[in-house]
Parts: sequence; structure tokens; C-alpha cells
Amino acid sequence: MKVSLFITCLVDQLYPNIGTSMVEILRRTGCEIVFDERQTCCGQPAFNTGYRHEARKFAIRFIEIFEETDADAIVAPSGSCTAMVKHFHDLFHDDKRWRERADEIATKTNELSGFLVNVLKTVDVDASTSGRFSWHDACHGLRELNLRDEPRLLLKNVKGLEFVEMSNADVCCGFGGTFSVKFPEISAGILDNKIESIEKANIDTLVSSDASCLMQISGRLSRLGSKIKTMHLAEVLAMQN
Amino acid sequence: MQQVTSETFDQNARAAMQDPVLHSALRHLAENFGERRKNAIESVDDWEGLRDRARATKDEVLLHLDTYLYQFAANAADAGAVVHWARDAPEACAIVLNLIKDRGATNVVKSKSMVTEEIHLNKALEAEGIEPVETDLGEWIIQLAGETPSHIVVPAIHKTKTQIAELFIEKVGIERTDDVDVLTGSARRILRERFARAQVGISGVNFGIAETGTILILENEGNVRLTTSLPKTHIAVMGIEKILPRIADLDVFLKLLPRSGTGQNLTAYQSLITGVKRDANDEGPDEVHIVLLDNGRSRMLAHPVTRQSLACIRCGACLNACPVYQQVGGHAYGSVYPGPIGAVIMPQLIGYSKARQLPFASSLCGACREVCPVKIDIPELLLHLRAEITDGSPTTEKRFRKLGESLAFRLYGFLWSDARKYRLGMKAGRLFQKLIIRNGKIKKQGNVISRLMPPLANWTARRDASPLAPKSFREHWHDELRTK
Repeated sequence: MKVSLFITCLVDQLYPNIGTSMVEILRRTGCEIVFDERQTCCGQPAFNTGYRHEARKFAIRFIEIFEETDADAIVAPSGSCTAMVKHFHDLFHDDKRWRERADEIATKTNELSGFLVNVLKTVDVDASTSGRFSWHDACHGLRELNLRDEPRLLLKNVKGLEFVEMSNADVCCGFGGTFSVKFPEISAGILDNKIESIEKANIDTLVSSDASCLMQISGRLSRLGSKIKTMHLAEVLAMQN
Repeated sequence: MQQVTSETFDQNARAAMQDPVLHSALRHLAENFGERRKNAIESVDDWEGLRDRARATKDEVLLHLDTYLYQFAANAADAGAVVHWARDAPEACAIVLNLIKDRGATNVVKSKSMVTEEIHLNKALEAEGIEPVETDLGEWIIQLAGETPSHIVVPAIHKTKTQIAELFIEKVGIERTDDVDVLTGSARRILRERFARAQVGISGVNFGIAETGTILILENEGNVRLTTSLPKTHIAVMGIEKILPRIADLDVFLKLLPRSGTGQNLTAYQSLITGVKRDANDEGPDEVHIVLLDNGRSRMLAHPVTRQSLACIRCGACLNACPVYQQVGGHAYGSVYPGPIGAVIMPQLIGYSKARQLPFASSLCGACREVCPVKIDIPELLLHLRAEITDGSPTTEKRFRKLGESLAFRLYGFLWSDARKYRLGMKAGRLFQKLIIRNGKIKKQGNVISRLMPPLANWTARRDASPLAPKSFREHWHDELRTK
């Protein structure tokens, strides 16, 4: 299967290891990987802040680039950016042709855990590690894409990994894009509840599927001097030791 | 007490978050109501199916609202009710006021009603020397305190038992106690006296049934039953979106509303009122007046996206589930309707210039949509309103953009518009960040950087920031990965 990588901005610039891990996993499952180096951003920050005009330009650019690749699937290490692609439709309410092109790209676009479990039909990617791990549901993966069991199945099938379901795993971490800097106190207040759940779970590593949530959570853990690590699902699944 | 407004939501929220009493009350609300709701919805089969049916019914009503409203009004009139139509809050208040004055009434009791909060009816009546007494315990408490509800179902959720005891001691002169039974007992005694004297009772409406002209009100304390049956005149104020086509539709909505609102399988009382009593031996008031209120609702109805705002049945589940509401409580919104649904409704009711912060006060986590019994896509509505506020629309007066933010988005639009500019921009970022990285992290920023880059300062106030990686994914791909 030919897979076109959609590497989100945060992964590209802040956490490239998530992207390289994804390449590793997808190659392990036998996929042919392409990455169009012209890609930049899906436009979510603009869309979520109300800048629809700018968001539309990003959507057009994204659609044109990913149409050319003509892969069987587009896979991203983010539920949030995948959900944005599925929202492209809303940007073309006055243009049927673009709406159809947007829908076609949206249908092809998958978040990593959904792609592995629901498209490739695999829950075991031959990963192994050790330690206690817990899962944080990134909101858009969970509530826009309906991915609740998929990442948990993948984690539970990692050899040597002890999976711990923490309390309030499906409650927001408070990131919310520009929300986190527009209302920093509220964002941090929500985050502190999340940190409380994480600390209570008595784990070594917290895993999630969105770099943005991980940036928010690890930023606070780091400030508090916590020993708990954060990892993206792709990084966990890439481990073989 | 000075009332806060929506315009200063950010400041209100900061102040609210400093209040430890509010904080623990909100935590209690989230945990208890969340848990109770969960148990209650497990007690019915096919919750999802019920939600779908409810939404379909609401959509049908909203598509043909004119027809259903006329049908409702005609049937209510046939049953002996007098139907009044009010375009906005001042008209509705004037109608109610005139009804009271014409009857020479001075003693008025009220049962809990968000729509009368919306039109600020109490203030309008008080200005004319009429003192409406709130008879729902929570509403009475906040009336005594001179406050507004902080939750649409549990209006005094922000108050502790001790605060309520102090209030009762000060305002109604009871003996010092912290016994809840004594407190509620004294409230009951005082309110019973008010009921006995009342000439007019004012209520809201949960559902208006088109096929019969019946209004239905749900409650737990019995005060609605008294308000609507004891005084000679009953005035019900009802938003025009409250219509259901058939009595049979209640089957679905009575399963959804109490479970979503308070986690009850059913409220203690359901009052179905169809016009006035048929003969002298019947119970109930001599007159029933129904005031149908628009107040911006037909504007919401006109747009295909905002229309679903009118499907709301005011259960409050989205407030309880909302991480933002759980942090700041209801008063911070500075509006009649707080929480996610408030952030949707208020900008449409009072205008973007006053309520423009509210749609942005959400992480778009979608917990509200998940619990909404009528499946309102609140995140979609928030995004729609954000776009209207930022970009403007044919129906809005102007667009609201902060200069700094607007420039930032322009820069983002420019740099991210092709890969070469993007790479150059990121290179510049890597150079810049050398100034602020300490031990591989970006810590709390000093004054200079904070003033230059408020978002970075806001981020690093409570959390460290991750720096740009020395080598981006695309460079890894280009150098090592693509050749494989």
C-alpha cells in the first residue's frame, strides 16, 4: 500500500522523532512511503481562530499537493490535524467542485492508530519495551474521529508494556490551540487536573497521539520537575528492545 | 452587588479561578453530576436512538416553526389561555407588567425560569414597585444575595451551606444554624406565606405542545405546582423554540431531559397545563397567559448553521461536562446562559461586540457535543461564530481583530505558503531561540521577551516550551529516510 505522509508542523519542527518513528512503523508493516516536501500546514490554527480566508488558502494548497501524490492513503501522526482535513468541506460551502475534492482527500486521510487498526487491520506492529504506560485521549482523535479502542489495542500489544488506564483519560488537557495562549490561566487550570490524574496513575510514561497535547502536558511536567516521561504513540510503537 | 459582563470574560475568569470555594463547588458539580448522568442514561435502552429521535423532532419543529407556533397558539386559546407575542425583552416585560398592574396585583411569586432571567423580568418589575419572589430554593437564595444564577439548572451551585446560612441569618433573621433541614425548613415556611398571599404566579415553560396547546414544566420542589395553581393568574413566559408537535413526543424528551440535567430518571413533578379550569370545581387559576418570546430567536433560525442553537432544551449537561466551565463557573461568563451553550447563544442574543470573547473560550474538546441530549454540534457553532467575529459576515456590523493577532496570522499565511519560505522562517526561529533556551527548554520569560511575544509569555508562565528541533523531520527525510 502506498502511503503519503502528512507530517504536521509540530512534528516536523519540534518533535521530528515522531515522524521518523512513523516511517519506521509503516515500513515494518510493508507500506511504501512517500513524503511530499512541498507540504506545510493544514491551516487548523487559522480555521480555529476564525480566519477562514487564510484557512481556505491552506486547504486548497493541501488538497492540490496531496492529490498529485495519488497515494492509497494519507496518514498523519495527529487526530487533530486529520480532523482538520475532514473539516475542509466546511470551507467551500459556495463551491461544489472544491467540496468534492476536499471530501475525496478527507476520505483518504487517517490518523496513525486508526490507519493501523482499521485500514491495515493490525493491532500488533512487533514493538517491545518495558515499564508502566498510560494513555491520554487527545480530544479530536477521540470525539471527531471516534478512536477510543484503537490506540489502546496497539499499546496493549506492545511486548513488555504494562498498560494502565488512568482516571479521566478522556478529559481535555486544556491545550486547544490558540485557546492556550488566549486564556492561559484557564488552559493551565484544566492542565493541572490532567497532571493530577497522570501523577495518580503511578506510571513511567504517558502516551498520546497528538504532539500538541504532549507539548502541553510535558511542558507542565517539566516545569514541575516530574520524572514521568511523555511519548507519542508512534514513538512507542517504533521501539523494539 | 456589581454585575460582571461578558465583555470582560478573561478578567472575570481570572478572578473566579482565585476563589477556592467556587473551585471546590465546581469540582463537586463535575464529579457528581457527571456520575449521576452516566448512571441515569444506562437505565434506558438505546440512549443514542433517543438522542437521534429528539434531534429529528427538533429539526422538524424548527423547519416549520411558524406552522407549529400558530397551531400551539390556537389550541392554547381554545383551551382558555390567552396568548401574547413578544418580539423582544422590553415587549415581553411590558406585557407581564401590564397584566400584573391591570389586576392591581402587588404580590407575585415566580418559579425558576431562565427565559425570565434572559429578559431581566425581575428588574423590570422591581422598577415598577412590584417585588417578585423567587420560590425555587436555589433561585430564592441568589435573589436574597442579589446575585444571578451561575448555572441554568442549579443556580446557587457556587454557594456553600455556610454561606447560605449566613445569608438566611442576615436577610430573613433565622437563628444561627448549619443544619440543612432547619435551613430548608425556614425557606419553606417563609415561601409558603408568600404563596398564600400571591395574586400572580409567573413561570417558564419546558415544552409547549402544538397539538393540544399544553405547556409542560418540570421541577423537583413542588414550587412550580404552587406557582401555577394557587394564584388567580398564571403567566408563563416561553421561548418560541420550546414547541413540540405532539404529546407523544414527550416520551422521548422526558427520558432525555431529567437524565441529562440532574441525572434523575424523572423529575419529582411534571405539571401539564392546558388552558384554564373547565368548571368552578376544578383546581387552578382563573386566568392563564402565555407570553411567546422571540428575542433574537428568529435570527438564529434564519441561518442553517446557527439554527441548531434553538434545539437546546436547557438541561445544563454541557456546562457540567465543560472543562472551561469547571474552571471558571457561570458568573465569569457575565451572561444569563453560561457554559458552552451560553457561549453559543449569548453572542447571538446580545451581539458580537459585547460577547465576542465567549466563543473563543473553549478548547473545542467536544465534551459538550458528546453529552448534549439533542446532539447540538456546539464546537461547530463556536467555530462558525469565531469566523463571523474574526472575518465578519453580511449580517454583522463589523469584524473584530486584534492587530497583533491579525499580523501574526498574516505572517503565518505568508511563511507557510510554500516550503522554501517555511524552511527559511524555521531557520530564523532556530537562530532566535538560542537566546532563550536554557538546558534544552524554554522556561518562564523575562519582561523584554514577554512584551515582544505575549503568546510565548502566556505559554511559559505555567509550562516549559519545547524548542524547535536541531533538525526537522523534512531534513531527516531528505538526508536519510527517502532513499530507503
